[in-house]
Amino acid sequence: MSKTIRFLTRNFGQYDTSSIGSYMKIGGFEALRQAVNMDPEEICEMLSDAKIRGRGGAEYPLGRKWHQARAVRGENKVVVCNADEGETTTFKDRALIQNDPFNLIEALIIAGFVCGATDGYIYMRAEYACLRPLLLNAIRQAKNYGFLGDNILGKDFNFNLHLYSGGGAYVCGEGTALIRSIEGKAGRPRMKPPFIKVSGLFARPTCLNNVESLSIVPHLLMDKDGVYASCGSDESIGTKMISVAGNVNNPGVFEIPFGTTIREIIYNLAGGIQHDREIQLIQFGGASGKIADASILDTPYTYDDLRAAGVMVGSGGLLVIDKRTSVIDFLRMNQEFFSEESCGQCTPCREGNLHIKIILDKIANHTATAEDIRIMATIARVMSMSSLCGLGETAQNTLQSAMLTFPEVFDVGGNA
Amino acid sequence: MMTAENESKEIPMVHLTINNIPIEVPQGTKIMQAAAKLGIDIPHLCYHEDQRIKAHCRLCSVEVVGKRRLLAACSTEVWEGMEVHTDTQIVRDTQVSILQLMLANHHRDCLSCPRNQNCDLQRLCSRFNILESPLPSVVKEEPRIETNPSIVRDPAKCIRCGRCIRACKDVQGIAALTYAGRSSDIVVTTAFNKPMEATDCILCGQCSLVCPTGAIVEKDDTTKVLDALQDPQKHVIVQVAPSVRVALGDAFGLEPGAIVTGQMVTALKLLGFDRVFDTNFGADLTIMEEGAEFLDRLQNGGTLPMMTSCSPGWVNYMEKHFPDCIGHLSSAKSPMSMFGAIAKTYYAEKAGIDVKDIVTVSVMPCTAKKFEAARPEMGRNGQQDVDIVLTTRELIKLIKYVGLRLRQLPESDFDSPLGLASGAAAIFGTTGGVMEAALRTVYEKLTGQTLEKLAFNEVRGFEGIKECSVNINGREIRICVAHTLRNARRIMEQVQQGTSPYDFIEIMACPGGCIGGGGQPIGTTNAIRKKRMAALYEIDRSLPLRKSHDNPEIQTLYKEFLGEPLGEKAHELLHTTYHKVSKPYEF
Amino acid sequence: MLTAQSQEYPLSAELQAKIDLVLESHDNDPTQIVGILLEVQELNERHYVPESTAYYLADRLGLPVTNVFDCLNFYSELSSKPRAKYPIQVCSSPACRVNVIDTKRLLETLERLLDIKIGETTYDGRFTLETTTCYGACDRAPSVRINGQIYDHLDSQEKIEALLRSLT
Repeated sequence: MSKTIRFLTRNFGQYDTSSIGSYMKIGGFEALRQAVNMDPEEICEMLSDAKIRGRGGAEYPLGRKWHQARAVRGENKVVVCNADEGETTTFKDRALIQNDPFNLIEALIIAGFVCGATDGYIYMRAEYACLRPLLLNAIRQAKNYGFLGDNILGKDFNFNLHLYSGGGAYVCGEGTALIRSIEGKAGRPRMKPPFIKVSGLFARPTCLNNVESLSIVPHLLMDKDGVYASCGSDESIGTKMISVAGNVNNPGVFEIPFGTTIREIIYNLAGGIQHDREIQLIQFGGASGKIADASILDTPYTYDDLRAAGVMVGSGGLLVIDKRTSVIDFLRMNQEFFSEESCGQCTPCREGNLHIKIILDKIANHTATAEDIRIMATIARVMSMSSLCGLGETAQNTLQSAMLTFPEVFDVGGNA
Repeated sequence: MMTAENESKEIPMVHLTINNIPIEVPQGTKIMQAAAKLGIDIPHLCYHEDQRIKAHCRLCSVEVVGKRRLLAACSTEVWEGMEVHTDTQIVRDTQVSILQLMLANHHRDCLSCPRNQNCDLQRLCSRFNILESPLPSVVKEEPRIETNPSIVRDPAKCIRCGRCIRACKDVQGIAALTYAGRSSDIVVTTAFNKPMEATDCILCGQCSLVCPTGAIVEKDDTTKVLDALQDPQKHVIVQVAPSVRVALGDAFGLEPGAIVTGQMVTALKLLGFDRVFDTNFGADLTIMEEGAEFLDRLQNGGTLPMMTSCSPGWVNYMEKHFPDCIGHLSSAKSPMSMFGAIAKTYYAEKAGIDVKDIVTVSVMPCTAKKFEAARPEMGRNGQQDVDIVLTTRELIKLIKYVGLRLRQLPESDFDSPLGLASGAAAIFGTTGGVMEAALRTVYEKLTGQTLEKLAFNEVRGFEGIKECSVNINGREIRICVAHTLRNARRIMEQVQQGTSPYDFIEIMACPGGCIGGGGQPIGTTNAIRKKRMAALYEIDRSLPLRKSHDNPEIQTLYKEFLGEPLGEKAHELLHTTYHKVSKPYEF
Repeated sequence: MLTAQSQEYPLSAELQAKIDLVLESHDNDPTQIVGILLEVQELNERHYVPESTAYYLADRLGLPVTNVFDCLNFYSELSSKPRAKYPIQVCSSPACRVNVIDTKRLLETLERLLDIKIGETTYDGRFTLETTTCYGACDRAPSVRINGQIYDHLDSQEKIEALLRSLT
């Protein structure tokens, strides 16, 4: 195992992304044809067997999610595609939409069929507005070909697709915030319950999926030779889209089989570090991810191995930083992100991010005291334990893992 | 009551422990309420028992065994076998940290804050013994916003709990207040940060009633009153609204709904008011005029449905949101303004006092009354009907200022001749009360017969919209009673479209009517409103005089001074006009 | 009077017609307010939604104006204050910023060429320099984003100058 694999990305560059005919020539919508003739439960089982976990970062098993969505009683269910790829250093979904828009449309229709939904929504971040015409065109053509609308493929299955635009807010990647945004409000998360699978978008039962999670499904349905299952092992089967950026020579999006080592990712795929500098740290999974030092290089990229090494797959982003940037400067940059992107609704996240920023600045200016470090650690813990939503919960992942990995940075000496 | 008990028996019980103490509660109970049953008060700020749960402040976070994160006690339902801990290290750290974080972003001039000693944040900081904050202050200095006669906003004291936003949107359906921005820049504000009076706001003050701190408060006019009382030239008279006497006791350790009329009158006399009169007298007068107006409209083809006009928040709402419908509003002034007009004319004449030396003060459950009193229509010859309006909350402050222990005061009667009132007037303070009072008089005027059954139960109670039909002399009078403006909107949409099925509609802006007004004591909840409502009906029942037109002082007033209801003098003094209020932009 | 109303009719007939077209293309659906605002904002050369327009949208969609105002302030892609004709957004997220040399050079070059600092607007209202969070072009750094369009690999002064010249 060394180089990339083309499973999810097999259509990239293979067809004209503005033409449904071109997509169908390479086998497009065959997966949908197959799906509508299957028992939806069978599809859920297939996803469970493939051990697909939500690729947005929450890592919830996809087969279980769809099974539950099917089981929820309620009219007018909806499936929503979360294309609000807001994590920093994460642009894999952009690549999937840009290079294979019809596969995403097909996947959503299959999701609608399996979950028993009548409507699908794609919520795409404002920053990807340039991809809007591409998707609108794909939706229109799918409708013209009868893949959307009433009695799809002659079945008792009606499904329509809507494209909504975000307005520039990281927090809208959180399920309840995303839903509020589609409903025409500021995207501030709400408490759960009610869970969105029971009462989500417009109070309808809602099944929310990441672009990548959805994109796997059509390919898996057509995977007669078991290519997907042959990749990876144990709890991490198949392939994963990752995006690598920072101080690497060849930043970009790569599809890897699970089990590829971090070293292979950074030095083979991403071309190594600029000017062969030393690695200071690697952040996994975007701004809300955890960090590790170079000792992680020989760890295989799997859910379990990364977790054992103290980090997580998360959004699939890898930010590689060389020694020119100090740990504390990196933390300050990362903190600025959250100080900007917290929705401001719940106290720990709103005020906590502000005060942690102040203390990080003090550390950088060598004016922090041991008491400051203690307060910072407490606030970070309180934020992760008590915030309303996942943003506040994970905002200090980076800081907390830095405190474990680089304790010397926080040793300000003396007493308060 | 029986049904409630039977129903609760059908709800399965759930067993859990809180701090290792076993307890059994009905399924669906939240952790916070379960803990309260054990006498454990889980701290909270954004939670309000009458509001949709927000779970913003996170102060009620508790530990539940088996859960990776803390759970909000306000929003989490209990489950079988749940083990809750409210006193572990992480819970304590969280409570203290959150309070410290709030304090660092709070303007801490507690000693000169209108909510000093009556502030939820202050109380919690005291409870958790927060003696100093280790965090630097990050509060943005912002001036208090005092642009209208009713409500003052102090953004530097806002803790962003969102209670005011919910009250404005969910209770009143107005949404004049909103969050804006995000992260630490988030604020509670109006659209484009306009002064409240320049927005959809109708100054009802429900926001000020639910604010846990001093971020939204009533405009304080207590100094004006104290100054007037000290001025030997001035003859200062006070009138008190019907709902104040059943709310005032809350602040003096009495049970909610306690009737403190006599003690209240004594307190006002001890405060130094020259005369203590009753707004209920004005309410009886309102019934005379409004009842006559309704009969006139009914018999002479006037605009129907006629709508009551005594709630100033409601009048503001009509002028701002349904200006094309103001013809439906009764032209009768509110009891407060009628009383003021009579005080400055009839009373001045009778007492032989130069009207310029009379100061009329009113004590109201209401912030919008301050606005009403300042309307140019409410007065004549440079004299306003009512000079100063105090809310119930401000009266509480005055009573405390002079050091009176309300509970221990003897009872006294209102002064004459503007102090006698009927039971019909007493119930003006509750939703349905104006309608019932009017029906008692309209029935007898129209039929010439004595009404035997005085209680119109169909219009009583806390239901948002009540309706009934009353047969008077073979004519079906179709009645509707609504409280809160969210409910009023539903009624108004019918009126606007000409599809309203009613003849006579009573609207009160605040939940429950004046008993739940925006100027009532902090801590007013729907449960307390219901107790006040019961107290008002109790007052009505206990009075020998139950109908406005039977009030001998009212009869004398008409005989000696006003002539006939709707007559020339009555029209000049007791009726008013309404005007469309333009929005910032009209399309 | 509770409010002070402006005297003139607040919208030109031309602008109103354009806004109505946007509303129609969104089925006059109030839930689509964010998308509507994004488009209406582009009708204004200064890329913002003026107060009068916000009131108009609220009126037509049957929304409280606070809902519109809240969205304008919540979403970073929306503005209730005038911006430049070409707001130049430079990514402030770590992935770009750790490429210290490139990013610093890009920003410094922009500041020097435009003679403004971050947050400022050129005297002719053509350019504003803004920072923004990650817009997912980490693999194309150094880049800027102007009115939704990404201009990438700006690694020389010549390329930056050419870009600025092309925006008139």
